Amino acid sequence: MRVILKVTDLCKTFTLHRLNQRKIIGCQNINFTVQQGQFIGITGKSGAGKTTVLKCIYRTYLPSSGSIVFNSALQGEIDLAQSDVQQIITVRRQEIGYIAQFLRVLPQMTALDLVVETLLAKGDHQEQAVQQARAMLRHFQIPAKLWDAYPHTFSGGEKLRLNLAQAMIKRPRLLLLDEPTAALDEQSKAPVQEMIIELKKSGTTMVGIFHDLAFMKDVVDSNYQISQGCFKEVGIA
Amino acid sequence: MKEQPLLKVRNLNKVYGRGCTQCLALTGPAVDSNICPACNTIIACAGIDLDVYAGEIIGIVGESGSGKSTLIKCLCFDEMPDAGEAYLQNFAAGQTNIFAVSSQKKRWLRNHRLGIVYQNPHLGLRLDSSCGGNIAEKLIAADWYHVGKIRTRAKELLKKTKLPLERLDDLPKNFSGGMQQRVQIAKALANNPPLLLLDEVTTGLDVSVQAQILDLIRQIQQRLGIAMIVVSHDFAVIRMLTERTLVMKNGRVVESGLTDQVMEDPQHAYTQLLINSML
Ligand SMILES: Nc1ncnc2c1ncn2[C@@H]1O[C@H](COP(=O)(O)OP(=O)(O)OP(=O)(O)O)[C@@H](O)[C@H]1O
Ligand SMILES: Nc1ncnc2c1ncn2[C@@H]1O[C@H](COP(=O)(O)OP(=O)(O)O)[C@@H](O)[C@H]1O
Ligand SMILES: [Mg+2]
Ligand SMILES: [Mg+2]
Ligand SMILES: [Zn+2]
Repeated sequence: MRVILKVTDLCKTFTLHRLNQRKIIGCQNINFTVQQGQFIGITGKSGAGKTTVLKCIYRTYLPSSGSIVFNSALQGEIDLAQSDVQQIITVRRQEIGYIAQFLRVLPQMTALDLVVETLLAKGDHQEQAVQQARAMLRHFQIPAKLWDAYPHTFSGGEKLRLNLAQAMIKRPRLLLLDEPTAALDEQSKAPVQEMIIELKKSGTTMVGIFHDLAFMKDVVDSNYQISQGCFKEVGIA
Repeated sequence: MKEQPLLKVRNLNKVYGRGCTQCLALTGPAVDSNICPACNTIIACAGIDLDVYAGEIIGIVGESGSGKSTLIKCLCFDEMPDAGEAYLQNFAAGQTNIFAVSSQKKRWLRNHRLGIVYQNPHLGLRLDSSCGGNIAEKLIAADWYHVGKIRTRAKELLKKTKLPLERLDDLPKNFSGGMQQRVQIAKALANNPPLLLLDEVTTGLDVSVQAQILDLIRQIQQRLGIAMIVVSHDFAVIRMLTERTLVMKNGRVVESGLTDQVMEDPQHAYTQLLINSML
């Protein structure tokens, strides 16, 4: 099987200059490998460093040391910890998706436009993009009457599904999920779980943070527990 | 092969004053000042490097007086830099420093290759000449002569900027602030520039109007593929619009990188302070 992501000795320390150069450890000595189509779960207490690992991979955080080798379909093997900004921008537009807990939206952009925009950024043509976006919104069961509405008024579940639609439409090679269900009630979690199972079946590689293990036990291939910034592989219940 | 930037700026300097040999050493973020203590010269911009790639929006943030507007003014030839070079990919194959060409060529570049939108509509528009007249002025400067074609193009631009067509012959001075900005944007787009410079274009507008203008800016970038430099002291605006950001302080670029990284994991003490104070 092909390795999509190989994280080696990843460390991230934040330096707070205004607080007398105080150092805060985000994560340290993180090692793991993800193969194509696998789903890696990360669990751990609040503040343990889960988000830090994900954000280092997406390069929202600049890793302090270590390497994050991503097998890019377009650029070959690249170390995300070292890549220049243009490389990261390309890889984000084309191959890596990040789904956060909350949807970040332009206040005056419709749900449809939001999804269309992702495709335009990738270089697709307008008409084709609109068609695909409609199909995606349908797939994620967002009612058609909401397509031309502004998402900031959507319910938590609708926002999340839109979030997934936007991240999935570019068919990312690697999808990073940071507690996408944290804001949802039990009932709204089921469709998300179904979607993740479906994505996995279609071969999408994922690294996801979930606080409840029950939620991911059906999909997860390896589960890492993170504690005080360090990774430990734990069995799957 | 690596993509070449649309605009490449190297070591741009702009000072107000006679200057001395110590100006650069005695000013900057480290001493938190842009005024040379030896000669009182204001170092508005120093050592600025900037690359803008085709179709991207790049953000410039910084506190008041950090040099953002000065940089924009140098790029559109409103001001002449004291030192530095800039190259435009679609001018002389990107081989000629645009600061060093004749003033006639500079005017040509401004008219054909750039669009500028100012914070203050007074600077970008004649408020007492019609909306269509303002757009025509830019088109004529860009060598459009056919009256019928100019009028058609003006209507097309009103549509693009979501201004009502029936306002074509009205005077911008009777428009709301948001509408005046739309007219400025329509005018800036008239010559189909590959690069648009926007200096604090939503500052002072109320929140919902601001949101409409931001939305328009995004659509222009997405649909027309025009690259932009967006200046703002508002991080929320920069975050919504850009993938890359430069942070300025005391005339210098103190940090640059992916917008989300600059905001969530700022590396420099100045940026950390700036972000904390601007959040
Ligand atoms: N024509 C001028 N003559 C003298 N000093 C000037 C001139 N224009 C700008 N400056 C000075 O240069 C510095 C940078 O000004 P600039 O207008 O570029 O700031 P800015 O970053 O755009 O600020 P703001 O956010 O307030 O618009 C300031 O100290 C300003 O006072
Ligand atoms: N941008 C940041 N700046 C400074 N410290 C941070 C930042 N992000 C996270 N941290 C710190 O790093 C540690 C790990 O945080 P995080 O990865 O968010 O934890 P988790 O996602 O596991 O709850 C915490 O001590 C947190 O306060
Ligand atoms: Mg977290
Ligand atoms: Mg200014
Ligand atoms: Zn001096």
